[in-house]
Amino acid sequence: MSGDPTLERIAQGEGLALCAAGNWTARFAPALERIVSDAEKLRGSRPHIFIDVSQVASLDTFGAWLIERLRRSLSNAGAEAEIAGLSANYSSLVDEVRRVGPAPRVVSEGLSITGMLEQIGRTVAGIGGTIIGLVDMLGAVLAAAGKVLIHPRSFRLTSTVHHLEQVCWRAVPIVVLITFLIGCIISQQGIFHFRRFGADIFVVDMLGVLVLREIGVLLVAIMVAGRSGSAYTAELGSMKMREEIDALRTMGFDPIEVLILPRMLALVLALPILAFLGAMAALYGGGLVAWLYGGVDPEAFLLRLRDAISIDHFIVGMVKAPVMAAVIGIVACVEGLAVQGSAESLGQHTTASVVKGIFFVIVMDGVFAIFFASIGM
Amino acid sequence: MAEQDIDAIIRVRDVTVQFGSTRVLDGLDLDVKRGEILGFVGPSGAGKSVLTRTIIGLVPKVSGRIEVFGVDLDAASSSQRRAVERRWGILFQQGALFSSLTVRQNIQFPAREYLRVSQRLLDEIMVAKLVMVGLKPEVADRYPSELSGGMIKRVALARALALDPELVFLDEPTSGLDPIGAGDFDELVRTLQRTLGLTVFMVTHDLDSLYTACDRIAVLGNGKIIAAGSIADMKASQHPWLQQYFNGKRARAVVA
Repeated sequence: MSGDPTLERIAQGEGLALCAAGNWTARFAPALERIVSDAEKLRGSRPHIFIDVSQVASLDTFGAWLIERLRRSLSNAGAEAEIAGLSANYSSLVDEVRRVGPAPRVVSEGLSITGMLEQIGRTVAGIGGTIIGLVDMLGAVLAAAGKVLIHPRSFRLTSTVHHLEQVCWRAVPIVVLITFLIGCIISQQGIFHFRRFGADIFVVDMLGVLVLREIGVLLVAIMVAGRSGSAYTAELGSMKMREEIDALRTMGFDPIEVLILPRMLALVLALPILAFLGAMAALYGGGLVAWLYGGVDPEAFLLRLRDAISIDHFIVGMVKAPVMAAVIGIVACVEGLAVQGSAESLGQHTTASVVKGIFFVIVMDGVFAIFFASIGM
Repeated sequence: MAEQDIDAIIRVRDVTVQFGSTRVLDGLDLDVKRGEILGFVGPSGAGKSVLTRTIIGLVPKVSGRIEVFGVDLDAASSSQRRAVERRWGILFQQGALFSSLTVRQNIQFPAREYLRVSQRLLDEIMVAKLVMVGLKPEVADRYPSELSGGMIKRVALARALALDPELVFLDEPTSGLDPIGAGDFDELVRTLQRTLGLTVFMVTHDLDSLYTACDRIAVLGNGKIIAAGSIADMKASQHPWLQQYFNGKRARAVVA
């Protein structure tokens, strides 16, 4: 292209003139940078150097800065460097870039033993912090619940019902579908493997105990952590980012009472309902497969189920549900309130909410297993 | 009148924009001349930001024609469009800085994408832009959430200027700034316009900005430009909204 920037060198006795021409603009920045780096190698060769810019067709910040950079590097090497031929239009731009100092360095942490140890220490301290945060939130929610019990008028019924619709009613189709399919799969796998021992009918025992005690509630809790826990974190996090939570506080409202208590309550009510529906759907799916695939007719299935399970199995499952809901809700709310100003932070905390929620659900399940085993249920 | 103006950098002809059944812009004509600072005013909700966003291409129009740098943006190929986009810079009302990037990365972002130059030059240009918008280079490694409102506007302006555009859109640049900060910002826009030879399209509510920074003023009302011209033209106008706006209590305070 004809507008390409150039820098011609013309010897003038003792000195040297560098004649810039063409477009010294951002579009040609890569070429300009090359030209200027080449010219910088001239430093120290001549005592006087003129940079003549009278032939420059257009100049912007990129061009002006590169000319200024060239002048600085030449004069640092002891030469007398000057910029000549500036038109009035461009002189203010060059004055502007003359004020530019060096760029601050990016502080980068190198890989070192102390750095790694520091990282490990910070992570461990972070785990402690997480647990303290959860306990703190649990206390705050219980305190808010106590306050609401004393003044029932301050209870936010509309908000609770709204969240109940979101986390319970709208979750029913997906929860029922997934648990139904899982029931089908357990039953099919059970029949397939038990058949070798001629023990097809025991699949009913396995299905009943597994679904009512463990799978029903655990699977639903994991789905709720992914579906509703993440939504809570994202909602609270973006409210925090836009100072909505601060606004509430300054108006004399307790964010725990206004935002978190209705959400927690909705979740604690929703999870047992969903777990119950999920368990029924899984039993239904399992029974269907046992009939169609295993040849266990529905009457035999129900008869066997009645023998195999007791009300204890059902109670064990249902007791766990509200506790898991509380764990998911508290983790989600703590993470939501921990969101900082950036979009990235919102994403990180939403991920953390789901991961930690599922982790604590499984830990709780283990604790419950030990507890129920020791009381003989 | 403006039809014959060859030196128009933005040419808006008969543009209509509609949201549902509400017609926001109704056959609007507007020219922005090369090298001027055009102040764009109008009552709240009149569609000032909508026009800006329509010109930039963020809001679809029902009918009409928009030319920027002589390129019809509807007829342009994607490479032509990208070439136009490299020649303009936009300052959004809320700054719209990328919250997960530092100030340094925000300002370098367009240049890093469009130009193959060294990190050293990117850093130096970043500092130059920061100095130009009146910030210290020390803020380079802060995140947008750690900046004050005025600093966010300045960094956003620096990002808008990153590729040395010829045309800059400013959407309410002084809203949310204190009067001194706003005055500084007007001064800054004026200085940059002089040094870089910018054309500035400024949506504003700030009477001070109109007096100190703008060469020409266009007024939006009922989906059309109801007046365009200098401050003196505006004050002389008989239009009731203009009368109230330029001769009201606040306007008198500015003149005094």
